[in-house]
Amino acid sequence: MMQFMLLFSRQGKLRLQKWYVPLSDKEKKKITRELVQTVLARKPKMCSFLEWRDLKVVYKRYASLYFCCAVENQDNELITLEIIHRYVELLDKYFGSVCELDIIFNFEKAYFILDEFLLGGEAQETSKKNVLKAIEQADLLQENVDFQTRLFAGVMVPGLASESSGLFQN
Amino acid sequence: MPAVSKGDGMRGLAVFISDIRNCKSKEAEIKRINKELANIRSKFKGDKALDGYSKKKYVCKLLFIFLLGHDIDFGHMEAVNLLSSNKYTEKQIGYLFISVLVNSNSELIRLINNAIKNDLSSRNPTFMCLALHCIANVGSREMAEAFASEIPRILVAGDTMDSVKQSAALCLLRLYKTSPDLVLMGEWTSRVVHLLNDQHMGVVTAAISLITCLSQKNPDEFKTCVSLAVSRLSRIVSSASTDLQDYTYYFVPAPWLSCKLLRLLQCYPPPEDGAVKGRLVECLETILNKAQEPPKSKKVQHSNAKNAILFEAISLIIHYDSEPNLLVRACNQLGQFLQHRETNLRYLALESMCTLASSEFSHEAVKTHIETVINALKTERDVSVRQRAADLLYAMCDRSNAKQIVAEMLSYLETADYSIREEMVLKVAILAEKYAVDYSWYVDTILNLIRIAGDYVSEEVWYRVIQIVINRDDVQGYAAKTVFEALQAPACHENMVKVGGYILGEFGNLIAGDPRSSPLVQFNLLHSKFHLCSVPTRALLLSAYIKFINLFPETKATIQEVLRCDSQIRNSDVELQQRAVEYLKLSSIASTDVLATVLEEMPPFPERESSILAKLKKKKGPGAISVTELEDSKREGGELNGGSDRGPDTAAMSASNASTPSPSADLLGIRSAAPINAAPAGAGSLLVDVFSEAGPAAPSTAVNDDGFLRFVCKNNGVLFENQLLQIGIKSEYRQNLGRMYLFYGNKTSVQFASFTTNVSCPGELQSHILSLISEVIASLSS
Repeated sequence: MMQFMLLFSRQGKLRLQKWYVPLSDKEKKKITRELVQTVLARKPKMCSFLEWRDLKVVYKRYASLYFCCAVENQDNELITLEIIHRYVELLDKYFGSVCELDIIFNFEKAYFILDEFLLGGEAQETSKKNVLKAIEQADLLQENVDFQTRLFAGVMVPGLASESSGLFQN
Repeated sequence: MPAVSKGDGMRGLAVFISDIRNCKSKEAEIKRINKELANIRSKFKGDKALDGYSKKKYVCKLLFIFLLGHDIDFGHMEAVNLLSSNKYTEKQIGYLFISVLVNSNSELIRLINNAIKNDLSSRNPTFMCLALHCIANVGSREMAEAFASEIPRILVAGDTMDSVKQSAALCLLRLYKTSPDLVLMGEWTSRVVHLLNDQHMGVVTAAISLITCLSQKNPDEFKTCVSLAVSRLSRIVSSASTDLQDYTYYFVPAPWLSCKLLRLLQCYPPPEDGAVKGRLVECLETILNKAQEPPKSKKVQHSNAKNAILFEAISLIIHYDSEPNLLVRACNQLGQFLQHRETNLRYLALESMCTLASSEFSHEAVKTHIETVINALKTERDVSVRQRAADLLYAMCDRSNAKQIVAEMLSYLETADYSIREEMVLKVAILAEKYAVDYSWYVDTILNLIRIAGDYVSEEVWYRVIQIVINRDDVQGYAAKTVFEALQAPACHENMVKVGGYILGEFGNLIAGDPRSSPLVQFNLLHSKFHLCSVPTRALLLSAYIKFINLFPETKATIQEVLRCDSQIRNSDVELQQRAVEYLKLSSIASTDVLATVLEEMPPFPERESSILAKLKKKKGPGAISVTELEDSKREGGELNGGSDRGPDTAAMSASNASTPSPSADLLGIRSAAPINAAPAGAGSLLVDVFSEAGPAAPSTAVNDDGFLRFVCKNNGVLFENQLLQIGIKSEYRQNLGRMYLFYGNKTSVQFASFTTNVSCPGELQSHILSLISEVIASLSS
């Protein structure tokens, strides 16, 4: 099973943290710090897997974001790489050409999408269509009930173009 | 693309996030956060009841602040309130908050569980899923207590929607992992296995993770899953890419499901049913065949998915370890990957081959790739890949290639990453010992280890080389010579001085004949390093010096001079001072005979398991199962120092050469020495009274001088032995009390009958010793 997933920027800013094992806040912070440092130190041509403590870490960079998963020793590394890819595809479909900014400003949605895809550290639904259907259904439910539409005006932060580049453009 | 939020954007939240991002410094950020926290606190405490939307917004803000890394100590109550809202997004945020900020307040827990219970029984699948997700994310004991019986029911109920079943399966898995005692097997277990046949692939995907975990703990209960898994796998593997529709991933049919099925099968031995087994073997062959076909897509996702299945299939083949044909094919496939363009595949191939190396069917096949692996060790740029290559070399090492592999590992060690050096040193030491035919090679290797990576040579390693040199006569001279040469290097590692000091102290006489390594030269060499060494090493050197005095009387004056000087006898370290003083005294007052006895050559060490192996296992930790298995197979053949019996062994020891029992446990080796067989009851009649020479009445007064001496000096030993009988003794003494056990060993192949013993205290002793003699206890036969 996956023990945790971390998304962080090249500056080491954590954008998403999903923990599938019970750990204290202090331990989580320590693990995050160490792992972020280890992964950021890797050079581009190195392989996507590394052994860290007693776990295997599978990571991949999409534009400005590192997606990093820690799995157990008997887990399949390649399929974990594809779990990461599938998650990015889901985000991409939902947000339309997703970029880091989307995940920053709609962090709660990133968690909701993840929960439809993975649960308890295991893949729950591997059909892209079904996952997106579930998310959209929930959104529809809300729009039906809540008639006050509040559109967000899209605030851009100047000078940080990397965060607005689509994740699939490398 | 500007961040547009779907559905209802919480404008206030977005503005807040922008503010935080615009903060130029950490202090500004903290200030802004505190301002917001104060705002939220006042809103929560306010007399005006907040509407759902505002509550949701503020709870979300708190969540954001927490995820930034700041502590949040309020808001839980409001989050829990959101759970009872009818609005989906409000519920969602509430659940997200309590999943991330888990609180152990019992009142809150009660409310949360209540809300979850309501959602579970709401019959609204979206709400049910939310509740199940929350339980799976938190997985606390309290939730397990509340819901562990409900969830299996939801899982197998006929009217549960597919999406809810999926969540229920993985939720149950989480509860089972954290509180296995609360998830009781029941009627639902057989129905869960049948979820493998469900037509909804997502349900199968989720259920299979649950079944895999349950099977590991209750294999018998779930063994029906094997045939179902095989048929499911077979259907997927042979399906066309259009069959599975949305479950096809870049032209690969259901890769996640395939991998999970292969994992499930690794929980069980190969299927006994011939038809099932045949189908499975066919499946595996198909997977191996597909790997050779040209790819259907150039995208890396396609090859990753395809190879993921391939690697999992290879894992299964290795786990079964029973189909030689498949094992060899797997090995060849991995061999191809060893030279693949993609680093990931090379890494995984090296890792997978490690496990393959320990299988007897494929061990030889793995060895054929040795050149490729050595090349990887030398040329790979990624250190993790190089490390896998080193691991594989270790795994594939056997008598035929040991020298080559050890040489390669030694040269790798010269430039290896510091973090892996200690492990490499241990491995080289283990290999050198295990496969040494010529022990001078072993000594060379260890000394090289010390030279190359001295800092990482732990005590266990250099203790071991000394143990081996002591126990083997044939390598002592070579060791002395080699260590002498090694010490001549201008900068040699302290561990080298330790080993050198000890060996020269014991065996320096073997090279003293050569003028280049005469006694004084040896002493000066050692002493030249003295001041550079730490206290323990110096202590060892002092011991070497006194041994020199014994071995080479001509050096006595020089050494005594050294011992006498202030830096030794007034040394601030107690141990050094004591040694210097005592050795000095010993060398002055002891006669040569006494000195020779005191400083006699060290007796051989008893056989015991290499502590190096234990240390390596400890380093690897509990997770590395495959490494431990490798160690076991390496340990079996390692018969060290067989047949060298020398030194003051008791007669019993030298007789029992067949196995290597630890001497203290096996009482005097009587059982192994005496070829006793359990004589059948009928053969009890004695043809002759075998002890007739001794005479019936008079106790034997023949004093066994040899035995007497032994008895005086040793607590345990053989007191008397002839062709028929062996008498052994084991005694212990504590202050004024003593206890003796006498053992009578029957060396003949027939039973003794009318065997009596008589222990007496003659003469004066009777008044000095109060003895209680108990009867002979039942005889033991072996």
